[in-house]
Amino acid sequence: MTDSRRIAPVWLSALVRSPGGIIGIATLTLLIASALVSLFWTPYDPSRADAYLSFAAPSAEHLFGTDNSGRDILSRLLTGAQTTLVVALGSAAIAGLVGVAFAVLGSLTPRWVRESTTVLIDVFIAFPTVLLAMMLASVFGGSILVVIVAVGTSFGIIMGRIARSELRRVAGSDYVLAARASGVGPWGVLLRHLLPNVAPVFIVQLSLAAAIATLAEAALSYLGYGAPPGTSSWGRMLSELQPYITVEPLAVLWPGAVITLTVLGFNLLGDALRDATDPRLKRSRTKKSGALS
Amino acid sequence: MVRFVLTRLVLLVLGLGIASILIFLTLRVLPGDVAQVIAGTDSSPERVAAIRDALGLNQPLPIQYLDWIGSALRLDLGNSLITGTPVIDELVEKSEVTIPLGLVSLVLGILIGLPLGIFAAVRHAKASGAIVSGIAQTVAAVPIVWAGLLLILVFGITLGILPAQGFPRAGWDEPGRAFLSLVLPALTIAGIEGAVLLRFVRSAVLEAIGQDYVRTAAAKGLTQNQALLRHGLPNVALSVISVLGIQVAGVVVGTVVIEQLFNLPGVGRMLVTDVGNRDLPKIQSELLVLTGLVLFVGFVVDLVHRLIDPRQREQTHD
Repeated sequence: MTDSRRIAPVWLSALVRSPGGIIGIATLTLLIASALVSLFWTPYDPSRADAYLSFAAPSAEHLFGTDNSGRDILSRLLTGAQTTLVVALGSAAIAGLVGVAFAVLGSLTPRWVRESTTVLIDVFIAFPTVLLAMMLASVFGGSILVVIVAVGTSFGIIMGRIARSELRRVAGSDYVLAARASGVGPWGVLLRHLLPNVAPVFIVQLSLAAAIATLAEAALSYLGYGAPPGTSSWGRMLSELQPYITVEPLAVLWPGAVITLTVLGFNLLGDALRDATDPRLKRSRTKKSGALS
Repeated sequence: MVRFVLTRLVLLVLGLGIASILIFLTLRVLPGDVAQVIAGTDSSPERVAAIRDALGLNQPLPIQYLDWIGSALRLDLGNSLITGTPVIDELVEKSEVTIPLGLVSLVLGILIGLPLGIFAAVRHAKASGAIVSGIAQTVAAVPIVWAGLLLILVFGITLGILPAQGFPRAGWDEPGRAFLSLVLPALTIAGIEGAVLLRFVRSAVLEAIGQDYVRTAAAKGLTQNQALLRHGLPNVALSVISVLGIQVAGVVVGTVVIEQLFNLPGVGRMLVTDVGNRDLPKIQSELLVLTGLVLFVGFVVDLVHRLIDPRQREQTHD
């Protein structure tokens, strides 16, 4: 524990020093701020339609213009951030739980459990996220929850596969054997020694899970199986504005640009976290640039 | 090698078995009364009973499952609840759109991702490499629907040079128009999947550049690029082949969204419609086919991987 507490500031400062890390943190901050602010205030009521204001051009009153039914696009983008944030955090949380479960089952259990888990992981990975979500939607109807469960489960399995080998490696290390020998029970070892050590791997993956979740929400809400009608969601905005692409192309550009920026931010954050937390990568990178010069 | 193929084949069959049970349990057991779900909450008891009868829901679950799988093995995937047509017929018909779309997208994606990925890695210290990899990073973050919309806007509407909606009614009897209507959809999927592939290739090549055997070859008088070409790229090929398995899954999902956007009568669009109609028996078989496809590609990828990787070949002799 003391070990990980000492390491944390080091990779945090490495994160803040990399450009990708800064962009990632900035995007995430902007997303959280938009979601929180829109809970209490938006320039206009995001669902207030005004037929006279259909597709108003961007102006001082409506910074990003209005949509087909005259709703303020900026207000809708801000409230849409709530949906994206809930989906991203919810998916990451489920992915974390599923990932830990599969990683532990695939590494620290008797051989037959371990190997069946490996087979299960290989099968589950073949099941694309969007198909899983559509399967759940055909039973439960489309909802944000379906998106969260589908993305969380399928990404959790990928995380489980990655963390499994890491966990096996750590489980064989001297200090874990020493802890076992000094009488710490299996759960104690898992919580105090094993999981803190695979945490960096997990944090990196959680950031990528949030990126995938944002894209999946957009795709599924577009198909009609994500956010229900009436909810502000960037994916829904895309599908609602799509028919008007010839009338007002600019309106369709906003939600797509916002989704792209968010996903890019999560991806950059994940990459920066990986570089910051992986000492091996740093060394091999210097070696690479040395070879080229 | 024979032993490896056999083991892998057993795993494939096992995987198909697990996947089919998973699909069956989710679509038949999870909803509680499937007939009620299909019929809707406000339907008459007679209609619910009729559906239950039609689906064989009065049978015990294991029998229902074996019935489904047994017929599937004889290429009978059941009938649609709505239209009554055999699922297999509709799948074959819609595949005429989806298979060409998927294949062209995959090939285009490789044509984009592979050379540019190598370029971005070799030039990674130069501005050109950084620009290519920055563009790829951004494109990989674009929601596929929006990418399609932008292409429609530019090529379909502003320039007006490519069809942006639909597929000719006569299908491939009108080969020119049929092909043209797949260009923008394929470009959309290929652009995004290509960007994802590019990033994989870039990091694989970067890793190869740092390997000792490439540096040794360079030290023995080859230029950096020659050394990379002769000794590095064969190893890069291995990791690219593994990634292709994931790419195929990406293309499958891509076709679902893109067929909807471009109004193409393919398998993906059919699935979206069926989910809307809660045509559970049809969805069940469609998901089985799609998952089976992804699992099978994974199997082939593993075989090819094993065939061309000399290190793994040696291991089999142990």
